[in-house]
Amino acid sequence: MIKQATVTIDGRDVPIEGERNLLELVRKAHIELPTFCYHSELSIYGACRLCLVQVEGRGIMGACSTPPEPGMQIRTSTLEIREIRRITLELLLANHEGSCPTCTKSADCKLQALARRLGVEKVRFKALHQPAPVDDSSPSIIRDPNKCVLCGDCVRVCNEIQGIGAIDFAYRGSQAAVLPAFGKNLGDVECVNCGQCAAFCPTGALTPKPEIEGVWKALNDPKKKVVAQIAPAVRVALSECFGATPGEDTTGRMVAAIKALGFAAVYDTSFTADLTVIEEATEFLQRKTKGERLPQFTSCCPAWVKYAEQYYPELLPNLSSCKSPQQMFGSLAKDILPKQMGVMRQDLVVVSIMPCTAKKFEARRPEFAPDGERDVDFVLTTQELGRMIQEAGLDFRAMEPESLDMPLGFHTGAGVIFGNSGGVSEAVLRYAVEKVLGKPLDKVDFPQVRGEGGLREAAFTLNGTTVKIAIVHGLANAKIVADKVKAGVSDYDLIEVMTCPGGCIGGAGQPVPKNGQSRRARTRSLYENDKNLPLHKSQDNPFITQCYERHIGEVGGEKAHHLLHTHYQNRRRLSGPEIPLGEGPASAARVQVKVCAGTACFVRGSQKLLHALTAYVEERSLQNAVDVRANFCSEQCGNGPTVIIGEDVLQHCTFEIAREALDQALAVQK
Amino acid sequence: MQATTELPAKSAAAGVPPSAARRVIVCSGTGCKANGSEQVYAAFTEAIAAAGLPVVTEFKHEGHEGAVRVTKSGCQGVCSQAPLVTLLPEKILYMRVTPDDVAEIVRETLGAGRVVERLLYRTPVEDKACRGPEQIPFLNRQTHVVLRDVGYLDPENLKEYISLGGYEAARKAFTAMTPEQLCAEISKSGLRGRGGGGFPTGRKWEAARVQPGPKKYVICNADEGDPGAFMNCSVMEGNPHSVIEGLMIAARAIGADEAYVYIRAEYPLAVKRMRQAVTDAENAGFLGDNVFGSGLRVHCELKEGAGAFVCGEETAMIASIEGQRGMPRPKPPFPAQSGLWGKPTIINNVETLAQVTRIIRDGADVFRRVGTATAPGTKTFSLTGHVANTGLIEVPFGTTLGEVVFNIGGGVTDDSGKVTKDCFKAVQIGGPSGGCLTKDHVNLPLDYDSLRGVGAMVGSGGLVVMNQRTCIVSIARFFMDFTQRESCGKCVLCREGTKQMLVLLDNILEGRADETTLPLLEKLAVAVQKGSLCGLGKTAPNPVLSTLRYFRAEYEAHIFAKKCPTGRCKALVKWVIDEEKCKGCTACVKVCPVNAISGEKKKPHRIDSAKCIKCGECVNTCKFAAVVQGA
Repeated sequence: MIKQATVTIDGRDVPIEGERNLLELVRKAHIELPTFCYHSELSIYGACRLCLVQVEGRGIMGACSTPPEPGMQIRTSTLEIREIRRITLELLLANHEGSCPTCTKSADCKLQALARRLGVEKVRFKALHQPAPVDDSSPSIIRDPNKCVLCGDCVRVCNEIQGIGAIDFAYRGSQAAVLPAFGKNLGDVECVNCGQCAAFCPTGALTPKPEIEGVWKALNDPKKKVVAQIAPAVRVALSECFGATPGEDTTGRMVAAIKALGFAAVYDTSFTADLTVIEEATEFLQRKTKGERLPQFTSCCPAWVKYAEQYYPELLPNLSSCKSPQQMFGSLAKDILPKQMGVMRQDLVVVSIMPCTAKKFEARRPEFAPDGERDVDFVLTTQELGRMIQEAGLDFRAMEPESLDMPLGFHTGAGVIFGNSGGVSEAVLRYAVEKVLGKPLDKVDFPQVRGEGGLREAAFTLNGTTVKIAIVHGLANAKIVADKVKAGVSDYDLIEVMTCPGGCIGGAGQPVPKNGQSRRARTRSLYENDKNLPLHKSQDNPFITQCYERHIGEVGGEKAHHLLHTHYQNRRRLSGPEIPLGEGPASAARVQVKVCAGTACFVRGSQKLLHALTAYVEERSLQNAVDVRANFCSEQCGNGPTVIIGEDVLQHCTFEIAREALDQALAVQK
Repeated sequence: MQATTELPAKSAAAGVPPSAARRVIVCSGTGCKANGSEQVYAAFTEAIAAAGLPVVTEFKHEGHEGAVRVTKSGCQGVCSQAPLVTLLPEKILYMRVTPDDVAEIVRETLGAGRVVERLLYRTPVEDKACRGPEQIPFLNRQTHVVLRDVGYLDPENLKEYISLGGYEAARKAFTAMTPEQLCAEISKSGLRGRGGGGFPTGRKWEAARVQPGPKKYVICNADEGDPGAFMNCSVMEGNPHSVIEGLMIAARAIGADEAYVYIRAEYPLAVKRMRQAVTDAENAGFLGDNVFGSGLRVHCELKEGAGAFVCGEETAMIASIEGQRGMPRPKPPFPAQSGLWGKPTIINNVETLAQVTRIIRDGADVFRRVGTATAPGTKTFSLTGHVANTGLIEVPFGTTLGEVVFNIGGGVTDDSGKVTKDCFKAVQIGGPSGGCLTKDHVNLPLDYDSLRGVGAMVGSGGLVVMNQRTCIVSIARFFMDFTQRESCGKCVLCREGTKQMLVLLDNILEGRADETTLPLLEKLAVAVQKGSLCGLGKTAPNPVLSTLRYFRAEYEAHIFAKKCPTGRCKALVKWVIDEEKCKGCTACVKVCPVNAISGEKKKPHRIDSAKCIKCGECVNTCKFAAVVQGA
């Protein structure tokens, strides 16, 4: 018999069963070694020095970075190691802003928890903390460097899981800091607001930006009617804020609590998820029939949308034009509820409760604020709702369940599973397959699209046509797929992209998971929720049918386009304001001349062109008729220098070409 | 196949001038250059021509027919006396040569065969003039292997390197030896890494050699960053091809086809010469797609480091070459398994590679003739501080500390630079990662194991000699300040721990320490030493721990008596005037910048300690030694 390879941990033999490092093995033996910087999904970093173990014959080593070897003898808690761990925590605390009671992370702070657990009762070192400004420029995340322990979790999740790298280390030694590029603010860089940095942050250095105060104010304003929409993933996570095991479905108690906070009505984003299914599947079937703009990317995830706008503007036509369920809800609610509830549109306040921080950014997009009034006024995360319930003193666990309000609270299981990665695909399939085959589905579940992998594929043959689907979570995985599409080597028809691990249930607005099993439990619970509902297909939702009949009209029709669809913008360049050159009246009647001063055009001589054109305008005293500006990037970088005169885009422009076009434009204007 | 520069027939014993040809060698190392050796070089070519003698500056195999050849060289060793000029065949070494001296040298020495006495080296104690390297104790007590041709050959001239047997070792490695044989030969030599760790080079190579896969890398670690260390710099400036050749041999031994030299950008001359050497070796067909006709390729690229000390650490260096922030990562995996771009990689120090060239050329047995059993061969050190002869030295491992400090170094000097008996206090060896040695260690053989046994390390080879007037706590603070600034900031213990150690040292030096300070400092030092991620952090506490080991009383004097035994710590000094000695000359009153001294003429003065800023001007000015430390 072959003897099982083991490592002796504190005198006990523990079998090696494919563990990548000693830390995994020690934790398998139910010894919770402390760590800040270890996450199984991220690369090994080895910086927090808390998981040190004594390896016989080798000395003290980091458990996270040492592979288990048969026969190793290790001790996890010697006097010496305990002293080193305690010193490590004291060192961190000596350089930490000690405002723990007012820190939003207080209850979930790993630094606090470990200090308590490891018996740190006094910090023997001099407090060296130097206050640094808090960055609240982002609509989604607050960055407070005063609370950073430099574990690098945020840096790695942004880089490795999301493929962005919006933040990284800067400076050396005790000056080291995690910063956005060039020390800019988080709101001014390529952050997509997914908030995973905050979800991984062990302290309060990165936290979702709260909007609680605004909501309290609206709730206390007698003129206002405040309604809530709740995203699917919230219902299976909220109770974690109150100490329940992850995955508990608390829809009824959640509705009761929200009503108790003073909301006039509580609706369900799953309703507009059902609506999204109809619109998006219809759009997909049309594209598939015509064979154009395929593959179709989903557009419900606002972080993915911003990512695509930044890095894949050429693929924007491939994104579904459907608004996300949150924004569909917002525009629909503002369209139909004022009349129903007897309030002015401006007095209806729509609050969405989301598992997501990027939804805060989405709700602020100008296209979702017709006439400057936002469709969704506030976005609260699951965490924020939990805090409001706590602040109001409600005993959540003892609440009597209540029902969602109709009609916007009625939903099918298809709308609920949107919260899981693969859920949108499955919901669309439940509609599209039935539509294509012309007969009701035998089974509504599509287990082929479910799973945990970050990049999954599934194929279905319907009436002889194959539909290939990719399901992606994590933007680094989205990049792999998008690159394939861009290179023309993808054979996908539909690509579902969710930014957060596991989909919305793993959103950064969710309660901080107590262990790695939380996400799995939430996913299971959402599928359970679907099972327990009477209806599973969006097309069966009677209120959706009614909504089309009474308000929207035809699927994909004109009103539907106005209410339920959107457009995207190219964000490839960091845009700067245009610089007017030369003076003149602020009249729209002037011929607009824009000379691109972006890098590619600059190196091709756009500055000379700019000088020549301004000189030409001055020479001929055309200041009142021509408005010359330097703009930043006309997105024609390969064909610069680019000059835009009126509506005409002139590529490879020379002064002669520009002068001729300008003269012509002036002649036309006369 | 590319053209290969023809190697000359077997040269005369390498390192020995091949003929009685007349030659003026102007040291062109960084120290001499900074002291104007370029102008001296120019003056020589002009003056010799003006004297009607034929001058050549080029190397010719066939000799140069009675002409005087004027060349530049790398470091000639006696950096404290720069600029240096060697004259062959007489083997005369002139010191502190200025362009104004050149005419005299040409007239007297080249013309009339007379020695210009005033330009000779003088022994620090006996004040005896020494004619040349063979007479100067600083030089004649050393054993030059790596430095043998440094200071003689023209570092910018490949042909001259070849004439001394250059690239024969690489040719042998590529055409007559297998990788296994190369690893075995290096293992047999017992060569250990000269960069600080002292890991057996042969074992490192073998670990990389047995890795599967066609792509491997070798890296030359030329990121010498210890304060006061300049050995690698001197080797690269003085004999760059010996390093490139060693790198090629390493590549052959592990099966790598790409080599990097990671070099400090703050070494502009070394960068220039190494770059020139790579280009010359490429043009000669040594480096390239078909090395010595073996069909094997080796390409070499220089990467200039941006001045981060931590980038001398292997994994940080790899990250830096990859374009990442220079931060170490945990080992394993070791670079030999997964290094640059995830491929097997070995990283060897400049001096290690220069030794490799020698070992493959002359054989492991020759290499082992000097040194100790566990540390064969020689080691270069840069000798600085309170010592009569500062400069670059090379001695066999096992040479005693006393031999280095007193015989080669010429003795310990006082603050005025005069060699003084019994003023030796300590030597800091191994820079910020090393420890200190005291007069108890005068007979300690310098090698890896004996040094580790006393809490110090060879390190890269910095040797800073300190006299009795040096405050040991301040020295520990100096190195702590260096490492806490150079920490990459990744792991908590190094980033925060070194900073807090500095705080504790400052508390001691500025009178804020109490009985809790030392125990805490020691606990923290041990935690940083045992718990840090990389070598920088693990060795950062060494200066503190070793000074504590040997000079605990000095720490305690600062803490409990609030007194610095050397009187150097300003915060603890209280200057008073000894009324018995004071003559009332008022000299101190005149120099005091804050008017803290008062008193009538010809009567004892006094210092107002509330005003005194402890600048020490009065102490330096008083001719009667009347300003003394108060109780």
